[in-house]
Amino acid sequence: MRGLWWVLVVLWLPCAWAETVSEDPRQRQVLEIAEQLRCAVCQNQSVAESQAELALDMRRTIAEQLAAGRSEAEIIAYFRDRYGDFVLMRPPAHGSGAPLWWAPLGLLALAGAGAFFYLRRRIGREGDA
Amino acid sequence: MKLWRLLLIPALVLLLGALALGLLHDPKRIPSPLIGKPLPTMTGETLDGRPVDLATAGQGGPMLINVWASWCESCAVEHPVVVEASRRFGDRVAFIGLNYRDERAPGQAWLDQRGNAYRWSFYDPEGRAGLELGIYGVPETFFVAPDGTLLAKHVGPLDAATLRDYLSRLFGVS
Repeated sequence: MRGLWWVLVVLWLPCAWAETVSEDPRQRQVLEIAEQLRCAVCQNQSVAESQAELALDMRRTIAEQLAAGRSEAEIIAYFRDRYGDFVLMRPPAHGSGAPLWWAPLGLLALAGAGAFFYLRRRIGREGDA
Repeated sequence: MKLWRLLLIPALVLLLGALALGLLHDPKRIPSPLIGKPLPTMTGETLDGRPVDLATAGQGGPMLINVWASWCESCAVEHPVVVEASRRFGDRVAFIGLNYRDERAPGQAWLDQRGNAYRWSFYDPEGRAGLELGIYGVPETFFVAPDGTLLAKHVGPLDAATLRDYLSRLFGVS
């Protein structure tokens, strides 16, 4: 029993020297916003992931604007006003992004209608036979 | 009952059309949402340390803002074109530089060596004015109307014919 006790003590000992991890909550907020913005000079990378200078500048601007008390929506609008819808990782469901959202539904409806008429014709033919 | 076939044809045409649109789209041509809007106020310093506002740099006349940096290879290719245009039209169009993510000494040396096309250059070491203008990289050129409205933006180096075309079409100088 005493042996087990010592094993536990030795196992837990390293924890005494462990550094406490601190995370700046603002940094997390910066990255949450940066994830929604496209690094304009990269290929399909968000501002949060990129090490491009433009992405660094954008992350710094996000941090500064958060510190100045601006909301997430205001900050995203700031970049959208300057770089257009292109800067949004998730294209908007209206305007320039509309075809991306609605075209698949349209195609599905078209395919469904095609299948409906095709099958109805086949059923009709089998009924005649 | 050939209705489903009739539906197939427009569907195919639509798909091919969308494909063609995607393939013909030049990925470098990204429209700026700032075009048609007044240039935002951007106060700061010139490369040689004078306080300025980029938005009113045209002083009531047409203005061209050319984004450059001493580390930018294609700026060096473009620069003689800008210098020549500035020599010819600089009295009627304000040629303003935007020194982007650069340092004062190499920036000044670059101008000394290659000729200064600009009335002055806005010093933007941290790319703040660059973000304000929605720039992607260097070089880029902005054409601003006398009332401060952004008329056009050119991404990448300008050649002499393209620059002359912009100047005559937008500002009526030739």
